[in-house]
Amino acid sequence: MSGTFLGMPAFPGNAAAAVHDSQLRFNLRKATRTIRGKRAAVVGELPDWEELRAAGKAIKDHTLRNLDRHLLRLEEAVTRAGGRVHWAADAAEANRIVAELVEATGETEVVKVKSMATQEIGLNEALAERGITAYETDLAELIVQLGDDLPSHILVPAIHRNRSEIREIFREKMGQWGRAAPGDLTDDPRALAEAARLHLRERFLSSKVAISGANFMIAETGTLVVLESEGNGRMCLTLPETLISVVGIEKLLPRWQDLEVFLQLLPRSSTGERMNPYTSTWTGAAEGQEFHLVLLDNGRTDVLADEVGRQALRCIRCSACLNVCPVYERVGGHAYGSVYPGPIGAILTPQLHGMTRATPASHGRGISELDASLPYASSLCGACFEACPVAIDIPEVLVHLRAKAPHPRSERLAMRAAGWVFDRPVRLARTQRLGGRLRRFVPGRLPGPGAAWTDTRDVPDIPAESFRDWWDRTEGGTR
Amino acid sequence: MNSRERILARIRTAVAGAPEVALVPARPPAAATGREVELFAERVADYRAVVHVAEPGKEGAVIAEALARRGARRVVVPGGLPREWERAVRDHPGCEVVTDDPPLSAAELDAVDGVVTGCAAGIAETGTIVLDAGPGQGRRVLTLMPDYHLCLVRAGQIAAGVPQAVAALDPARPLTWISGPSATSDIELDRVEGVHGPRTLEVIVIR
Repeated sequence: MSGTFLGMPAFPGNAAAAVHDSQLRFNLRKATRTIRGKRAAVVGELPDWEELRAAGKAIKDHTLRNLDRHLLRLEEAVTRAGGRVHWAADAAEANRIVAELVEATGETEVVKVKSMATQEIGLNEALAERGITAYETDLAELIVQLGDDLPSHILVPAIHRNRSEIREIFREKMGQWGRAAPGDLTDDPRALAEAARLHLRERFLSSKVAISGANFMIAETGTLVVLESEGNGRMCLTLPETLISVVGIEKLLPRWQDLEVFLQLLPRSSTGERMNPYTSTWTGAAEGQEFHLVLLDNGRTDVLADEVGRQALRCIRCSACLNVCPVYERVGGHAYGSVYPGPIGAILTPQLHGMTRATPASHGRGISELDASLPYASSLCGACFEACPVAIDIPEVLVHLRAKAPHPRSERLAMRAAGWVFDRPVRLARTQRLGGRLRRFVPGRLPGPGAAWTDTRDVPDIPAESFRDWWDRTEGGTR
Repeated sequence: MNSRERILARIRTAVAGAPEVALVPARPPAAATGREVELFAERVADYRAVVHVAEPGKEGAVIAEALARRGARRVVVPGGLPREWERAVRDHPGCEVVTDDPPLSAAELDAVDGVVTGCAAGIAETGTIVLDAGPGQGRRVLTLMPDYHLCLVRAGQIAAGVPQAVAALDPARPLTWISGPSATSDIELDRVEGVHGPRTLEVIVIR
């Protein structure tokens, strides 16, 4: 399946390259600091934030526990309201369904609202193979698409680009995709936003088919909900004759009233606003539109099967965990090699690829090097857990996945030996004494696979005498 | 087995034996404070929208002043707009009223100077206006294509917070929640007003 960037090496290699890019680090530091300050201010405004967070967690946990029942209710409600529901087990099936729906309209161009699910399944590439051009309309997605780049943040895929880089992309590339950028374009964000407005205006007016995701789906009413800022979402949801929404099965909420919790949690966690500029909700075929809902599994039921890992399915894609993560701030989103970067990506990507299916006996065989490295892309500081509006204990899942990740034979042998030593006090004491006697021969840098560890650390000094021996000899320091 | 059956079966296997999680009861709405109008006006203005508070019966004059300031010459008026509001637009010198009957195309709407509507609800805490495509609001596209949206909100429509508004709204209708003019934070996470939706939002709160 798709979902990781093709040919991406493992996280440590990506990270080592990224931290040497001073422009990238500057852009990320500036952007994440801005958003952290805004989020803190608007979260601090709500006296019942922790209560909201607990409610969000409980609603999502309830939904996941009863996902089959709520999906069937959703299907019935959407169908009753004139929409058509399609089920896609994996990326290939979802892409095929969408392509066939577009082909049935006779159109070869579609406009898109920013959607993580369609990025995850590589929809744009799959449509291109069948001669359909998908135009991204979110400003940051547009920057990524024009720049032939990869997204690096859940909310702001072009967070790694600063204003002057964006200006260059617009000047060079807009003309190839449609209306060119004005000749006198400056790097003022207002001017850049205006250029995007003009570039996309005619596209909106002429498009017959739109593709979106959704932030929430309401089981009892069949309502879909999209939160956005620019109005490109409203354009795509309102103007075209046919609307196709591709939504992960975990995006469900049982009741209409549950929306109040998430409409308070999401904007404050995401853009640091009391409310995002535009939220659209629609039920089935609204205002005479043809509406198709594609429900996407693509590994989600694998995640659901893991007792520890399933909490990742509570995620509402706010990106607060990225913005507070010290690792993300330094290496950026590309290092994570998938459309889901940052702490949530480090637990979601390997799980969507089936990592939790690994048994201790399989030693994680069949797991890609990138997936195996992602659970280590963290210092386990816990800032992500604190910021998460649905209280996903990301450090807990990271540690859980580290146990599932494949470990090299040398490491497994070393761990087995250590286990044998620590298993009996007498073995430990003997080993410590032996170590104390041989301590002159321990090198400062380890040979073989241990060298990677000592590249950035010293081997700790082995004391001449263990604490237990010292205690016995001195009776706890009294002699 | 088709994909629908396969997905449902996989879900049932995945959660078999997992403990049931109770659905939290809907949270009690916060009590009204009596300060909703002031808070609403303040919070709408925070988004860099233009806000006026008018005494009941005086809003027509405020509409006329707003249109004059804007220099709007062709203004869309949805069906079902209260007569005194429509009259204020109609009586405004040099202003042509455009109706949505028969329905206007998106391109026609793109060419008008602005739109005047009511709303279905307001939310004080977040400075949000909700439209439900009902009388006095019109189809969703009416408040999307024109670059200027003048929206009237009655004090009685303003809910204290999000929970009250959600409870009062009808999910069967297409809803548009509007919090300020269109904006983006996509360039260096700095907020800039004015992208694809109306770049100017002006709100008249009727006390």
